[in-house]
Amino acid sequence: MTSVLYDVPGPRARRRNSILAVLTVAVVIAAIAFVIWRFALTGQFTAEKWYVFTFTTVWTSIGEMLLNTLSAFALAAVLSLALGFVLAIGRLSDHAWVRIPAMVITELFRAIPVLVFMMIMYYGLPSLGFKVSPYWAVVIALMVYNGSVLAEALRAGIESLPKGQKEAGYAIGLRKSGVMILILLPQAIRAMLPVIVAQLVVAMKDTALGFIITYHELLYYAKLLSSQQGRPILQSALIIGGIYIVMCLILSGVAKWLEERSRRAPKLGGGAADAGHDPRTHEGSTVTELIATQQSGGKNGGAAGL
Amino acid sequence: MDAIFGNLDLWGEGITYTLLVFVFGGLIALVLGTIIGAMRVSPVPIARAVGTAYVNLVRNTPLTLVFFFFVFGYSALALPKLSNTVLGIMAIGVYTATYVAETLRAGINTVPVGQAEAARAIGLPFGQVMTQVVLPQAFRSVVPPMMSVFIALLKNTTVAAGFSVAVLPQLQSTISNSHNRTGTPMEVLLWVALIFVALVMLLTWLQRTLENRWRIAR
Repeated sequence: MTSVLYDVPGPRARRRNSILAVLTVAVVIAAIAFVIWRFALTGQFTAEKWYVFTFTTVWTSIGEMLLNTLSAFALAAVLSLALGFVLAIGRLSDHAWVRIPAMVITELFRAIPVLVFMMIMYYGLPSLGFKVSPYWAVVIALMVYNGSVLAEALRAGIESLPKGQKEAGYAIGLRKSGVMILILLPQAIRAMLPVIVAQLVVAMKDTALGFIITYHELLYYAKLLSSQQGRPILQSALIIGGIYIVMCLILSGVAKWLEERSRRAPKLGGGAADAGHDPRTHEGSTVTELIATQQSGGKNGGAAGL
Repeated sequence: MDAIFGNLDLWGEGITYTLLVFVFGGLIALVLGTIIGAMRVSPVPIARAVGTAYVNLVRNTPLTLVFFFFVFGYSALALPKLSNTVLGIMAIGVYTATYVAETLRAGINTVPVGQAEAARAIGLPFGQVMTQVVLPQAFRSVVPPMMSVFIALLKNTTVAAGFSVAVLPQLQSTISNSHNRTGTPMEVLLWVALIFVALVMLLTWLQRTLENRWRIAR
């Protein structure tokens, strides 16, 4: 966040800001209190509702379902990366008979909703005589969709490279494949790494669609649990939701870390970014830091003037 | 073709519900997303924290789980009864709002720092900096990614089918479960896929047109 949208607040702005802060807190507390009130009123906090979670078998099953979710995600991630590379390189081909089919496939698969593709695999194919297990329906649908999205990301990465990179490759006598593998792809992957990981977070979240086609994953188990004694619908959704959020936050954290790492100018070595401490020149700085610096700067300046 | 012409009533209903979820979900997302986006760039630290928490929490929850909370969880709280369609619209709106907020924030960040600095240097207050200098520029650069958010929203309407909202993919089970309907699941689903491809292409075309018309020379 580099935009400097507002000044160091003066007395009037500070008053207005504190009113807004109080208002925000009030709205948030009201919303949370409302939910807690409804929870209490409908007895969501009673021991009976949480009873199922005292069993070890329930937690072993949750672990099993987590493994199911992760195994579908892992295979889909690897396959979609592979498909992404194939489609991206295909779309950049010099031969029309490779380029056009690759383009049609990418555009088509990007436009079909993942769930519809999953349903085609699971409900549709049996009417043609092929039986597909829910696991493969999830994996194939995720592979096809995320693969074509990743292909577009990779293509954008390759096309954003300076033309000279490719020309220099040909000048030193490399063939097309050499230019692609040795020069273009490594740079494109590096530039696109945050996008790739962000797309993997999407794939991870989309494994939860498997619940609709009866794949035995976490959300399916949440539904199953809510038919237990006391019908702990919200409780199981909260616990399963927590697991999903933690998994996705870990992946998003990796994406953020990669982005920050790649932002540190690699050509100048790691130390270059530490040169200036002015947050206005540092892209990673937040508005908070900026205001803090401005305020402390203002105060110090004032003190010096006095 | 029988799958289409034998069930025209169902197709009409499916398309209507899909567009209903798309339009109203989109409206909720736009309003809520603008509020959250504004909170995330506001000078009030608590508002920023709340905005960030909302975005991080909801964006990392699968949409299916958001639906789960709204459709199954809502009924457990003994609140006034709402139909699954309304709850589904709310779920998709709350989920997409995070993407709208992030897109708006990214759009504001594309405006060069110098623009805001110059506006402040000539003495404009925050309101005028935003409405006369930053937002008009941000709006133009935000339109294409915002269209991508709405394309994703359109595709996400399909998830409502898993929660018995009569959107297009729901047709498959309706047709397979009744004896006097024609069409195999494969035929029905391929037609559904085709309709989505057509709708997405339409939105992509709109996105390109707007992008070309509103491009800023920088």
